Amino acid sequence: MNRAAEGTLLQVEHLSMRFGGLLAVDDVSFEARTGEITGVIGPNGAGKTTVFNCLTGFYKPTHGRLSLHRDGEVYLLEQMEGHKIAQDARVARTFQNIRLFPRMSVLENLMVAQHNRLMVASGYTFLGLFGAPSYLRAEREALDLCRYWLDRIGLTEFADDQAGSLPYGGQRRLEIARAMCTQPVLLCLDEPAAGLNPRESGELSELLVAIRDGAGSDGQKIGVLLIEHDMSVVMRISDHVVVLDYGRKISDGSAEEVRGDPNVIRAYLGEEEDEELPPEVVADLTQHGGETRP
Amino acid sequence: MAATTLPGAREDSPLVALLKDAGIAAAIAFLLALPLMGFQTLDSGTTVDLQYRFHWVAIATVGVFFGRIVFTLLYRRAGAARSKAPGIVGQGMARVGEGLGRFLVPAFILFALILPFLPFADRREIDLATYVLIYVMLGWGLNIVVGLAGLLDLGYVAFYAIGAYSYALLAKTFGFSFWLCLPLAGILAAFLGILLGFPVLRLRGDYLAIVTLGFGEIIRVILVNWQPVTGGPNGISGVPRPTFFGLPFTNDPAEGETAFHEFFNLDFASLHRFVFLYYVILALVLVTNAVTLRLRKMPIGRAWEALREDEIACRSLGINPTNTKLTAFAIGAMFGGFAGSFFATRQGFISPESFTFIESAVILAIVVLGGMGSQAGVVVATLFLVLLPELAREFAQFRMLIFGAAMVLIMVWRPQGLLAHRAPTVSLGPGSGGSR
Ligand SMILES: Nc1ncnc2c1ncn2[C@@H]1O[C@H](COP(=O)(O)OP(=O)(O)O)[C@@H](O)[C@H]1O
Ligand SMILES: [Mg+2]
Repeated sequence: MNRAAEGTLLQVEHLSMRFGGLLAVDDVSFEARTGEITGVIGPNGAGKTTVFNCLTGFYKPTHGRLSLHRDGEVYLLEQMEGHKIAQDARVARTFQNIRLFPRMSVLENLMVAQHNRLMVASGYTFLGLFGAPSYLRAEREALDLCRYWLDRIGLTEFADDQAGSLPYGGQRRLEIARAMCTQPVLLCLDEPAAGLNPRESGELSELLVAIRDGAGSDGQKIGVLLIEHDMSVVMRISDHVVVLDYGRKISDGSAEEVRGDPNVIRAYLGEEEDEELPPEVVADLTQHGGETRP
Repeated sequence: MAATTLPGAREDSPLVALLKDAGIAAAIAFLLALPLMGFQTLDSGTTVDLQYRFHWVAIATVGVFFGRIVFTLLYRRAGAARSKAPGIVGQGMARVGEGLGRFLVPAFILFALILPFLPFADRREIDLATYVLIYVMLGWGLNIVVGLAGLLDLGYVAFYAIGAYSYALLAKTFGFSFWLCLPLAGILAAFLGILLGFPVLRLRGDYLAIVTLGFGEIIRVILVNWQPVTGGPNGISGVPRPTFFGLPFTNDPAEGETAFHEFFNLDFASLHRFVFLYYVILALVLVTNAVTLRLRKMPIGRAWEALREDEIACRSLGINPTNTKLTAFAIGAMFGGFAGSFFATRQGFISPESFTFIESAVILAIVVLGGMGSQAGVVVATLFLVLLPELAREFAQFRMLIFGAAMVLIMVWRPQGLLAHRAPTVSLGPGSGGSR
């Protein structure tokens, strides 16, 4: 299984991404596992979104290998086209700036996500045009999945409304549900709690934990990769956290370990080392004994 | 200008702004009117004299000044009313439209079906209706590409031309019947659509528009220059006329043939052919509509619309953008090809003249004016853009003026098009809200 430990879902090895003179991602390696939420944190411009864009085929990495392990097969994401990554490797994502289909209805957004399955069922449209029973059955099943997710994210009564007319929180949840309707094995979320109020981000945390544990995937656990600024969310629900700064990975471990890592504290509080650290940070550091991982 | 001024920021500022705005408009009008209206050349036989008409310039400038004030005041009031009740007016209108639609659409179809037998319908009216229906079909075909898939295609007329020439050449060279040529022409047009689509569909927006514009011109230039096959600028004449399942519409059928009127024991009337053509295009139009409405509710149709909304999101959901665009392009082209081959058999003569850029522009205007993606909108817009100018032929010189003014007014009044309401393609139906 290509050096991957049991349960490894995604393996990122020596990933680099260069934009002209800017090395946005610099030799980053980490792993994500099925049944775990892997948090990716770091200051603004650290390269988090760029990692996602490499994973989902929007950028072609300058360097590195991205392997996804599913059903005993290995998919090399860096060599696949964007839509194939979603279709074959089953990696789904959301966007930092929400990207719904704003003038289509909420329900249609979820139906579009099931496009490939429905295309096959409709005999690439030819059978479907004549209302073949197999297509009608597939459509009913697709609607059932939509219904389940609408219920789950509390948007059932807005099913026929334009997606663009939903309030912000609803749009965020709809985007997650839409990604889940592709039935992924790895869900990549780019700052899903941005712009949510504390109650909403609490509900979001619960939703993400449920998704990790197999809600909506017929009980199959999946892997979640979570970029987040809201520390309360990341630290509470992440099973494992990767910290990026200026494109480099500076820390990797459990939420506890990362929280106490002096590298992380420095990255978040500024570079000046001889500057006196705030008392609560010093307390934090001594408490955790500064377990640093290379 | 006036609109950006905060009311009440200063006592006199809205008025000053209004006057300033009107002054600028008047100044522009003055600059335009001076060369355009200020001078007139008089041909007095041997020499050319210049006549000055500065009073005209003054009238135009003053007219624009006050016109601008009136326009701004009216527009501001309309804007205030709109911002007071956002969406409600539009939604109400959409609902009215929906209610009317339920009643109007069948009425419209019924009217179209019995049109040739209505008392006022004569050769000219039936022919005009046929002409309008060709544009409805072209509009619906392009609606798939532009309205649903959001691909701005400025060269749609190319597929219309390919359909027409395919029919003319196949029918003349091989003696194929209309009903055999029709699908062949459609397939050929679709094939060319795919051929064109492959290299250009990774382009977006403006770039795609320019390339398709070029494609339309290339096809026309080929038609003009490929003399041995297309007949060049002279076109192809003597394109076989349609037959009623083998019965020709002529007064003097060839040896061994039975004409339509003989077979049915009627007196010969040239009207028969027009009525037949009318029903052929009506059938084609109804099939186009039925297929499009059905496609919209299929996964492919939803993918087209999703692609129009956000291509990046589509890719992240596993939709292959290139293939999806290609299908839209090909199916749109196919309907264009059908319409083209019907056009060829109706005219009996085709030449590159009929397939200039202005045709593409009119078809695109029909789609945009109708409200992108709206089937009924295309019909209404066709009546506006094709039927009205035909009926107004008496006003020859004012025709284009009225046409232009009507388009500007409609775009000011309804920038999203006449019928912009979009009904969802799927809904949960009764008993929704359950869990899996
Ligand atoms: N397409 C691009 N072209 C050039 N520079 C880019 C591009 N995308 C991202 N960057 C740069 O890469 C760096 C990392 O950006 P990003 O991944 O968006 O950071 P984060 O998501 O961690 O805030 C930034 O300096 C950004 O300006
Ligand atoms: Mg980002």
